[in-house]
Amino acid sequence: MYNFDIERPGTVADAVSALGREEAQPLSGGQTLIPTLKARLAAPSVLVSLSGIEELKGVRMEGGKLCIGGGTTHGRVAREAEAHYPGLASLAARIGDPAVRNRGTIGGSLANNDPSACYPAGALGSGATILTNSREIAADDYFQGMFSTALEEGEIVTEVRFPVPSAARYEKFIQPASRFPLVAAFVARFEDGVRVAITGASNNGVFRWPEAEVALSSSFTADALEGLTLSGDEMISDLHGSGQYRAHLCGVMTKRAVASLV
Amino acid sequence: MPKDGGIGASSKRREDIRFLTGVGNYTDDINLRGQAHVFFLRSDVAHGTLSNVDTSAAESMPGVVKIFTGADFEAIGGIPCGWQITDRHGQPMQEPKHPVLAHGKVRHVGEPIAAVVAETLAQARDAAEAIVVDIDDLPAVVNMKDAVKEGATKVHDDLTSNLCYDWGFVEENKDAVNKAFEEAAHVTTLELVNNRLVANPMEPRVAVGDYARGTGDHTLYTTSQNPHVIRLLMGAFVLGIPEHKLRVVAPDVGGGFGTKIFHYQEEAFCTFAAKACNRPVKWTSSRTEAFMSDAHGRDHVTKIELALDAQNNFMAIRTDTYANMGAYLSTFAPSVPTWLHGTLMAGNYKTPLIYVNVKAVFTNTVPVDAYRGAGRPEATYQLERLVDKAAHELKIDPIALRRQNFITEFPYATPVAVEYDTGDYIATMDKLEEMADHGGFAARRAASEAKGKLRGFGVNCYIEACGIAPSNLVGQLGARAGLYESATVRVNATGGLVVMTGSHSHGQGHETAFPQVIADMIGIPEDMIEIVHGDTANSPMGMGTYGSRSLAVGGSAMVRATEKIIAKAKKIASHLLEASEGDIELKDGAFSVAGTDKSVAWGDVTLAAYVPHNYPLEDLEPGLEETAFYDPSNFTYPSGAYACEVELDPETGHVAIERFWAADDFGNIVNPMIVTGQVHGGLAQGIGQALMENCAYDSDGQLLSASYMDYAMPRASDLPFYDVDHSCQTPCTHNPLGVKGCGEAGAIGSPPAVVNAVLDAMRSGGHDIAHIDMPVTPSRVWNAMNGQG
Repeated sequence: MYNFDIERPGTVADAVSALGREEAQPLSGGQTLIPTLKARLAAPSVLVSLSGIEELKGVRMEGGKLCIGGGTTHGRVAREAEAHYPGLASLAARIGDPAVRNRGTIGGSLANNDPSACYPAGALGSGATILTNSREIAADDYFQGMFSTALEEGEIVTEVRFPVPSAARYEKFIQPASRFPLVAAFVARFEDGVRVAITGASNNGVFRWPEAEVALSSSFTADALEGLTLSGDEMISDLHGSGQYRAHLCGVMTKRAVASLV
Repeated sequence: MPKDGGIGASSKRREDIRFLTGVGNYTDDINLRGQAHVFFLRSDVAHGTLSNVDTSAAESMPGVVKIFTGADFEAIGGIPCGWQITDRHGQPMQEPKHPVLAHGKVRHVGEPIAAVVAETLAQARDAAEAIVVDIDDLPAVVNMKDAVKEGATKVHDDLTSNLCYDWGFVEENKDAVNKAFEEAAHVTTLELVNNRLVANPMEPRVAVGDYARGTGDHTLYTTSQNPHVIRLLMGAFVLGIPEHKLRVVAPDVGGGFGTKIFHYQEEAFCTFAAKACNRPVKWTSSRTEAFMSDAHGRDHVTKIELALDAQNNFMAIRTDTYANMGAYLSTFAPSVPTWLHGTLMAGNYKTPLIYVNVKAVFTNTVPVDAYRGAGRPEATYQLERLVDKAAHELKIDPIALRRQNFITEFPYATPVAVEYDTGDYIATMDKLEEMADHGGFAARRAASEAKGKLRGFGVNCYIEACGIAPSNLVGQLGARAGLYESATVRVNATGGLVVMTGSHSHGQGHETAFPQVIADMIGIPEDMIEIVHGDTANSPMGMGTYGSRSLAVGGSAMVRATEKIIAKAKKIASHLLEASEGDIELKDGAFSVAGTDKSVAWGDVTLAAYVPHNYPLEDLEPGLEETAFYDPSNFTYPSGAYACEVELDPETGHVAIERFWAADDFGNIVNPMIVTGQVHGGLAQGIGQALMENCAYDSDGQLLSASYMDYAMPRASDLPFYDVDHSCQTPCTHNPLGVKGCGEAGAIGSPPAVVNAVLDAMRSGGHDIAHIDMPVTPSRVWNAMNGQG
């Protein structure tokens, strides 16, 4: 990696201030950024480490919502969200491997918005709200395409607030090399309807599947999805599968998620 | 009762104490005083003319010691090739120059263009980024069949084409083979790809060059399977350093799988640069560099045909293979698709007529060479897929078709120039059927179907040629080296032994297994014997470890040297016991006089050899040290029968290996636990090839699978618990231990069983698919089952 300065603020305010420095880059769990730096594919002059900010860490229920600090590791979410939102805890428990789960954070994952990451599906599928140091952003407005979000330069994800559905399941089919999702579906059943979010599949990153949501809202059964298809045209096509295959897997994973809940 | 020592005992691997507790001594652990680091600037294009390499800005960067480019190596030899193939017209293969650093052209992504030696690796890397390289892109040659078309872009401008050789074997059989096909009752044809693989040893390659100005001695520490071979190739052909001034050390090596046999540019560079910079120079490959600079494996495109008579007897086999050489000829690359592949095309079957054609092709890709099995997996895969396809076409049981055509009498001379000394293919197949509970398959399939899954059963046999190799034979076949092995047995005064071997252990357990052999011969505990290897300064000239040769060839050299030791020790004992030499017997570590109670202990004899006070000095030299070189008279031929049961998810195409059974005949076995471990490892790599691993290039010659994000290595959770048996033993007839070798069998024998099982599963779901190429990934299975090509 190239040389850089490192700042280790203890508060969000100090972190925001440090991110005002030229070519500063926030560093959370570093599970994407550190390999990128090691490959010399990024050259920030300052890294602002968020891992020492206690106010960014924690899992709690508040106002009927599950609130997870942006600096909370996947491993901690897996453990502490289990009692409140088992569908999300199960998603967190299956991200990467133990080393990744002990370092990687929800805020880092959502800020990066990798098209094959797990958390974007959980956040979008839950209709979560992303809180930053300056505002609140609805998940529906937050994800803006592959590696693209509503975050401004220097804005930090401080907390993610999840409405808790009556049932939810994250069904993942892994890419055999990276073990990221090749396609994964997050299905959440709320009193007022069902949300379905798909990750891994689209060139435009995580997305909702409205037809599936309508069908499942009227009948929450795998059979309700029968005949629904997605086009492979906008899907990722690579060494590990064509767009058409991914489009097919969207249906399979969504059906399996539903089947596991009924 | 299991034995607790000697041949046949599962002695625990003594080397694991240091490997598992983090106190091994790997090449990267070697750091010399004053050491500088080298970073190689590598080509990011597959093919282009190197018009300018400007290092001027980089040279003034902090910490830079010296920067080298191709021009610095113009006067120096290139990387040599160790095997020359003669083509079907009697002409030698086309052999391009292989520069240490690219000169004139770059020919694959990853080829080193410049080397920056600096105080630290980071400084070397910084300076490398300041080198200005101008490359005029040329069309990349990637597809082998396109590469040999008239008018194709040439990888090497000074060669007549991209065809390295067009090899026919046995050329004299060709007409008779063609005639058999005309007369056949049934012909089965199969076209397939044997996917390109990257070996991925856990330890990447490392080289540390050192030069002693005071003596003129060069030392290279390197991750090699054969340090003597590196010393010979690099000293004699690249750098012009006589062997007595060049020491090559390969200490603990963390896996080789073939890819650490070869002599690489980085080794020559570090040795050269250590003298040029007058300080040690170290290189440690990153994983990404390994993907684009370690020799790759396999990469064959094959059409194979089988002619059968009306009674389903095999009449003839005909093959047409394109074998990728990559951009340059790696050390043993030409031998892999020819003598390590064509000679195995008879497999386990008494097919009277065989013709193998191999076209070796240059492309703008990383050089391809031996990888675990080397040619034999390619032969086994095509043959065993073909036999399965024939059985399916003829609607007969694939096991019955195999049994009908098995070779049953030994020795057996195949029509492809080798003679199998021993084997019992019926016995291994019987054992396999017993282990695999084939009768219970229907119930297991029904259970899978109840879950919405498909279940398939696949089987294959294999034969391989190990114990490489008789030197006079391989010399006739084009080898530019002998393939004997050596051992020096040094007995110390107090009776302990140090055995110096030319074999090299990079995970095989030699330090444990070799002493078991010698302990048995003398009748002393294994821990009195120490194995020394991996350093040209302290072991006799040997050819190293590959081709499952170490016990069969290196072990035989040890036996011969130990026999000399025992013969001399008996002379000493006869003097001490005042008895005739012919009456001396060695048993349980003591020499006795036959028919008496007179005896003298091993340690008393060895002490007498070094403190020769009461010693026949007029007839016998003092000391007890002997060397032997062993050159095998034939290959060894391990064989076996493997089966695999898969469960296939028709909705996603995912294939899970539920069970895997391996019944091997390795001849006599020294350490059953180590043998089982070798089979396990081989199976992991074979199943990896069958289901997951794929080294892929795009049409521009860019490596698509250049990291573990895209190159899928099998993990423990991808693999089943194996059922491994090696109780079928037909000892090798021509080496003193009767051993055959076990290192490659798992990787050779497993891919066809997996693919045969997947096709069986698909057929059970109504998808009558004739063939699917490896790796059988979920998307390929789904595509095949859904008519998506």
